[in-house]
Amino acid sequence: MNQLLQKYPQEIQAILAKYPADRKRSAVMPLLYLAQKEPGYITKQALQEISEILEMPITDIDSIVGFYSLYHEQPGGRYHVQVCTDLPCALRGADEFLKQLCENIGIKVGETTPDGMVTIEEVKCLAGCHHAPMFQVQGDGDISYHEDQTVDSAVKLIQELRNRKEAA
Amino acid sequence: MSTHRILRHRDIPNIASLDVYRAEGGFEAFHKAVAGMQPADVLNEVKASGLRGRGGAGFPAGLKWSFIPNNLWPHYVVANADESEPGTFKDREIMESNPFQFLEGLMLASYAVQAHDAYIYLRGEFWQIARSLDGKIAELEAAGLLGEKIFGTEYSLRLHTHLGAGAYICGEETALLESIEGNRGQPRLRPPFPAVYGLFGKPTVINNVETLANVPGIIANGAAWFREMGTEKSPGVKVFSLSGCVNKPGNYELPLGTTFRELIFNHGGGIPEGRSIKAIMPAGASSSLITADDRALDTPMDYESVAALGSALGSASVIVLDDSVNVAWMVSKTVEFFKHESCGKCTPCREGTYWMSHIADRIVKGDSRKEDIDLLNYVARQMQGKCLCALGEFSTMAVVTGIEQFREDFEKLQRS
Repeated sequence: MNQLLQKYPQEIQAILAKYPADRKRSAVMPLLYLAQKEPGYITKQALQEISEILEMPITDIDSIVGFYSLYHEQPGGRYHVQVCTDLPCALRGADEFLKQLCENIGIKVGETTPDGMVTIEEVKCLAGCHHAPMFQVQGDGDISYHEDQTVDSAVKLIQELRNRKEAA
Repeated sequence: MSTHRILRHRDIPNIASLDVYRAEGGFEAFHKAVAGMQPADVLNEVKASGLRGRGGAGFPAGLKWSFIPNNLWPHYVVANADESEPGTFKDREIMESNPFQFLEGLMLASYAVQAHDAYIYLRGEFWQIARSLDGKIAELEAAGLLGEKIFGTEYSLRLHTHLGAGAYICGEETALLESIEGNRGQPRLRPPFPAVYGLFGKPTVINNVETLANVPGIIANGAAWFREMGTEKSPGVKVFSLSGCVNKPGNYELPLGTTFRELIFNHGGGIPEGRSIKAIMPAGASSSLITADDRALDTPMDYESVAALGSALGSASVIVLDDSVNVAWMVSKTVEFFKHESCGKCTPCREGTYWMSHIADRIVKGDSRKEDIDLLNYVARQMQGKCLCALGEFSTMAVVTGIEQFREDFEKLQRS
């Protein structure tokens, strides 16, 4: 049974309708987002199911998962706090911000809090250079921006994220 | 006072709502075109305006549209909303705050080349913008501005959003097409160009968000109106993204040909804490560095004048470096970016960005050998002219010009 198809029948139809009928493979990226929504990463089963829906080889799908940084191949925290440290942000203190944030939370870049809720990551430019330090939070099938941050405001937000025990 | 042409939301509250946008003359250009103009007339008006691509290359938009052949169908239009160049954040503001002007531009471009499906490719991080645009598109369908038989004519048009997933390279137009087609975002060998062999192998126009946001004004008011601003060869206004060591970073809509000095000091409020300006990167991380002397500061920011300084205007994402910034550190940041974003398809870029990042890193860490500065320069020059797409070429710009203009910054970090 294809659980993805069973769970999101209308969403999948709407996605497929965006592309020419003989170009189903175009739907692979939106389907990967759909598959990642709940588990927070791409499961082996999801690869199999997308492969069935799109009639596309699993290895091709896996190579796409590996290519794009917003798809996760391994389980991580429910929320990925992704701090930009590229040049424009770094000129406004993003490196120091990230360092202090990690020290406050007590984990290193790439690690997850012991409760499994938050992973802190360092990422490339997010088009928020004028509001640095800034980061995005990826999780629960959504991405939100948090700009003009201080270490205090970020620590507070992470605490809120960690308190969200119930499903979104 | 209504002064902005692109960032009109700064003059008109709630222009992101369809009612307000229409009350301010929105979609009159689209109506004028679809109900009363031939597609070729729309194309010719844009050609006459001299509008140049705002994504970085500065290629004339009307000319690009005119390359679409009329013996191969269907045609597609793709809006490049992948905005990922470090230092660039203008398309985001347009789509968030003045979305209908961008959508109307996309619709006019589609009509001009008679495309019936158009795609908006957004970087994956613009998740919420994509959701918002989906809602705007649904509103336009409900209002009869999109869909079948628009304004009772035979013309039909559908718009679709497509989200990327975190890959700078997808801003390169052929990589972007590969990504929509469900492949890894790796550039295609060109020719054939997208105008002939584009999305799904069909003739395709790809324009940046800001480029498209210029089109409704051109169709509504004419090419001469558009040319009132800017210079002869670089007409119109441009949204400059100003970032780095300035008091007031942000987007500033100014005529092309405005000087660096005016942008950085009059609009950007100058350099923080009384420090002095050291260098300018006019096109984000892809820039050739410009030493900020009086000649540079008084240079007009248009495509030709910035090129004459040995740099490029690109997407006009101006990153300011002050005298506290070590250029070797800056270079280590940009090459680290390009190393991460290299798609791996061609060897010079894949290996070159890796080694440049490796060498720059050990220079910054004070762990380099005497010959490392020359080695870094040598690797960069070896890459130039040999990469499949512009990413590889861009990755060398800050390296070569940084060493050329500020070699002492590199030497300072070496062990004595």
